[in-house]
Amino acid sequence: MDNKGEAYWKATIALIRNVLIVWFIVSYLLGIILAPALNSIHLGGYPLGFWFAQQGSIYVFIALIFIYAKLMGKLDEKFDVQED
Amino acid sequence: MGLQGMTYLVVGITFAIYIGIAIWARAGSTSEFYAAGGSVHPVLNGMATGADWMSAASFISMAGLIAFMGYGGCLFLMGWTGGYVLLAMLLAPYLRKFGKFTVPQFVGDRFYSKGASTVAVICLLAASLTYIIGQMTGVGVAFSRFLGVSNTMGVYIGMAIVFMYAVFGGMKGITYTQVAQYCVLILAYTIPAIFISMHLTGNPIPQLGLGSGFSGTDMTLLGKLDQVVTDLGFAQYTTATRFSQLNVFVYTASLMIGTAGLPHVIMRFFTVPKVKDARSSAGWALVFIAILYTTAPAVAAMARLNIHATVNTAVLSGGDLLAPESSIKFDDRPAWMDRWMVTGLLKFEDKNGDGRIQYYNDKSTDPKFAAAGWMGNELNVNRDIMVLANPEIAMLPNWVIALVAAGGLAAALSTAAGLLLAISSAISHDLLKGMWMPDMSEKNELMAGKIAMACSIVVAGYLGLNPPGFAAGTVAIAFGLAASSLFPCLMMGIFSKTMNKQGAIAGMLAGLGITMLYVFAHKGILFIKGTEFLGLFGGKANFFLGIEPNAFGAIGAVVNFAVAFAVNNMTPPVPEHIAQMVEDVRTPRGSKAVDGAH
Repeated sequence: MDNKGEAYWKATIALIRNVLIVWFIVSYLLGIILAPALNSIHLGGYPLGFWFAQQGSIYVFIALIFIYAKLMGKLDEKFDVQED
Repeated sequence: MGLQGMTYLVVGITFAIYIGIAIWARAGSTSEFYAAGGSVHPVLNGMATGADWMSAASFISMAGLIAFMGYGGCLFLMGWTGGYVLLAMLLAPYLRKFGKFTVPQFVGDRFYSKGASTVAVICLLAASLTYIIGQMTGVGVAFSRFLGVSNTMGVYIGMAIVFMYAVFGGMKGITYTQVAQYCVLILAYTIPAIFISMHLTGNPIPQLGLGSGFSGTDMTLLGKLDQVVTDLGFAQYTTATRFSQLNVFVYTASLMIGTAGLPHVIMRFFTVPKVKDARSSAGWALVFIAILYTTAPAVAAMARLNIHATVNTAVLSGGDLLAPESSIKFDDRPAWMDRWMVTGLLKFEDKNGDGRIQYYNDKSTDPKFAAAGWMGNELNVNRDIMVLANPEIAMLPNWVIALVAAGGLAAALSTAAGLLLAISSAISHDLLKGMWMPDMSEKNELMAGKIAMACSIVVAGYLGLNPPGFAAGTVAIAFGLAASSLFPCLMMGIFSKTMNKQGAIAGMLAGLGITMLYVFAHKGILFIKGTEFLGLFGGKANFFLGIEPNAFGAIGAVVNFAVAFAVNNMTPPVPEHIAQMVEDVRTPRGSKAVDGAH
């Protein structure tokens, strides 16, 4: 792979890593590991940990995919590898 | 019109719509059969993917399981949605760039080996067949109730209809039919939820209703539910976990990874017009899936509250739950109970002979139950009936109950048909034509595919009569099998330029093998009752770190990765042209129209 290709792949991996960090935090960290602690805080009638586990994480997942798709589109253009 | 007549009418109308659209769309183009959504707007494509994805497990079974699991039910909610993030980033765009139709084709080409492709077919069959068993369980529940027959008869009828649907329909590729199915199933799911949320909380949006106050009191809905279930000896709803936090963690991971490894889901992203579309189409699919998945927790909690309120009048009046007159008399039972008792999925046994229904957790050690003269739980509720019975329990109009029936059938049939097509293409196209009989005629290939479908239905139906668990639990095992075998292989194929065929094959076999071993030890060899061999492992269930077999796929995936890298280090490196191919797959430029040839 030439230098440009390598730089593109590196940028791609960095983006995927960042998205996965947020993905992990909302579901596994806030929804499972920290859920018992978060339940003492309330969001309306929802205990917060319960809300992340059964509602909030799903909304974040949707946002993450669209953010990823948009940023990848920008990367494609920056490195000039987009489809014709 | 009576409920039975209304049910026939609504189910009949929806089927007429699907068939009508199928005929109309087929006249337009037959080439869309594989390239589902080639010219379809991404939003419509997302709806179609949603219908394909949401099965009897999501529609019929999941909320019922959550209703009795409480907080721990989050493993289904996060597990079956979070996987789309993995799919969108790790697999979909690259498999689209690769430009073939099926998962075994990719595995065979990337790992330059027919052996690898064959192993991928085996993994695909294991996961898809298990998945169909879960569908059959759900279909059996739906048909038994709406035709008023036993659960066994319901499974037989379901087998016949699924077979006709898959063999004559070829509906899978026809995106517009699936759009219609999505509309039916999402309306059927949300309309009763809106009615019930409005009734219990005054808020018509179920996602907000679940976090609202309970009508007529100063308590929140969840607070009220927590109080009722703990008073009846059950675990607190909002904190009840599934065995352990570790088990919930691993179970969620297993479902997420499995989502990104299930062939009939991945196949949809092979055929979108561009790499760019592969990324965002996963997002649109998740939007439409999330409408159901964020409604489900509300359906679950409200159904749980309603069923307690039905059999115990003190739930709503706020009186003493244990007072003798609080439990309703069996003779005063609502009509829906009779309708479900016919199916054998709802059972009543008057243990203390007082003619009333006591429904509580009789494993509770609290002496107050015995002191009140309660001699054991008298109502046995199959989890899989909760969603279908929910509108009846809430006394909603007949047309809503009928609509839910139609929605459940749409969910089960669309997914079962998709899975059967994945199985038949794997056997006839990848295995027979691709490897053993390259000069097989197209006609014979089609026939082989149909025979494979028929065999799958018979096997799945037989095991669906004695299922290894509730519908959603069985489907979770299918996800575990996909997670432990196909996902790691696909991911390494894209993200590692150096992974060779020996590593990939050893990884898949090790991941699938160890997961099957753990599942079969608990559930019986090939899920046949009486062949469990837990004794070999000390006889204790969930012996590995307290993790249940349904959740083991994530562990299998770790084993898969570890074995693959170990074997890779001991065997010859990949040929130069394969490394070149991986580089090419990583950039969007130069993507061609998909062609199915080997």
